[in-house]
Amino acid sequence: MTELRSEGTGAPQHHPDAPLAPPTASQGLLEVFRRRYLLRLLVRREISARYQGSFLGLIWSYINPLSQFLMFYFIMGKVVGLGSRTENFAIHVFAALIVSHFFIETFNAGTRSIVRNKALVKKMAMPREMFPVASMLVSLWHVGPQLVILLIACVYAGWTPDPASLVAAALGISTIMVLGTALALLFSAANVFFRDFGSAVSILTNFVRFSVPMIYPYTTVATRFRGHTDLYLANPIADAVLLMQRAFWVGTTSDPAATVRDQLPAHLYTRGVIALAGSLVILVIAQLVFSRLENRIPERI
Amino acid sequence: MAESIRVENVSKTFTLRYHRTFKQVTVAMMKGRDVSDTFKALDDVSFSVEQGESIGLMGLNGSGKSTLLKLVNGIMRPDEGSVLTRGRIAGLIATGAGFHPQLSGRENVFLNAAILGMSEAETKRKFDAIVDFADIGRFLDTPVGNYSSGMFARLGFAVAIHVDSDIFLADEVLAVGDRPFKKKCLEKMEEVRDSGVTLFYVSHAAASVQRMCNRVIVLEKGVVGFDGDVDQGIKYLGYDDGDTDSELDETDELEDDEISGDI
Repeated sequence: MTELRSEGTGAPQHHPDAPLAPPTASQGLLEVFRRRYLLRLLVRREISARYQGSFLGLIWSYINPLSQFLMFYFIMGKVVGLGSRTENFAIHVFAALIVSHFFIETFNAGTRSIVRNKALVKKMAMPREMFPVASMLVSLWHVGPQLVILLIACVYAGWTPDPASLVAAALGISTIMVLGTALALLFSAANVFFRDFGSAVSILTNFVRFSVPMIYPYTTVATRFRGHTDLYLANPIADAVLLMQRAFWVGTTSDPAATVRDQLPAHLYTRGVIALAGSLVILVIAQLVFSRLENRIPERI
Repeated sequence: MAESIRVENVSKTFTLRYHRTFKQVTVAMMKGRDVSDTFKALDDVSFSVEQGESIGLMGLNGSGKSTLLKLVNGIMRPDEGSVLTRGRIAGLIATGAGFHPQLSGRENVFLNAAILGMSEAETKRKFDAIVDFADIGRFLDTPVGNYSSGMFARLGFAVAIHVDSDIFLADEVLAVGDRPFKKKCLEKMEEVRDSGVTLFYVSHAAASVQRMCNRVIVLEKGVVGFDGDVDQGIKYLGYDDGDTDSELDETDELEDDEISGDI
């Protein structure tokens, strides 16, 4: 009790010279990225937990989007007949489905993430932003195999990639990463106080599928709502979807330059950058709200 | 010596809620009843702890001991006042560790250690020692949700005690363990204490507080009732009369954890 630093018991880890500081983590998201090892453990755990006790395991992460894809493709493309007006309709749908599904997964799982990790939240001191961020990364991890399927389909359809496609895909996916994290952060905290938020999110995500040009081409919106498309394009998810189509679908059409001119909105990249910037602003707001709500999370959960 | 923990004018209020659903709230408002009520778990608590001190935190059930530990640990923030700590904090809050019920013991050790701030290499280096200490045998690879409360506590304690911490919080850790394990825990905690770690020990057992601590803080309904010498603190609380458990106290000091341990 007299000597501070003992030599024998793994002394290098002691921090008796550290300054007096509040024990609560206060740097929010920055703290999450400082503790990458913990984040990695949480993500890995989430991935293995999602398919625990299931026979098909990981294959489910292909089945789920695949079934949605087939449904949209056959009902909208073949039955309703939207497919005939759009070249390579299947790729049009699937490219859009990847990002919208990514967003929906992040939003849904992220909203429930803190409540689901009750056991840890109540007893351990850690940045709670960790959980929604981990949910986003788990969903992102599932994007990988879907992109592979999409790429195979694109190559099969005679895809000619260009550097601009790569930029579009990166811009679209990072917009969803930022926006998904922001909303997951906001709603995960809110869900602790009222579980109603979890149910509300399920309904909200239903709108997402129809508010993006996935099962209908953008041209439908452009012709029917002439003059009001800015409102439609103010939705960052719609911008991300269009960017994904710019990246993959456009290259498979017979005349990519004409497709970009006729089928996509003007200034798509500028819109994409604005969407990303807007999402970052939402993320900052979400972090501020989260920090306020966080004080009461452990006692209310 | 350096200051290890500084708690200044800390208050923490909890909201007790009578009504939760929309229907209940509307009915209560129409009848003019209170929709919610607050409860002050800690009221203007101040004290300072030097590095290497070992504090016995005592008080009746509901006096705010666990709340205070949660504030020191950083799980919660105080409503008023400030809590400042120095260095890495490890420990157990309210008997159990923060384990994930679906994960195996092995996975939980890594996760728990990571939350406590250990790196992967550090955890691997100490893994054998942790498993050895917990001594739960082949249950290590089964989900902790299937563990008995004793095994759960053993593994939690084993991880926490093996973190190179500067502050160790032990909240009723000995309430669920069996006797050989309690003995082992106390010995390990003494070792940690003697290495210069600040110890915060919550217990209802006068004997083990006497053995472990050099200072006692008694909480009474969220207020510091006593802060000072161990024997006087125990006397202050009235735990020294030994009415019911006097013979147990004499035969084995560890025994009285069992009967007065918090449930």
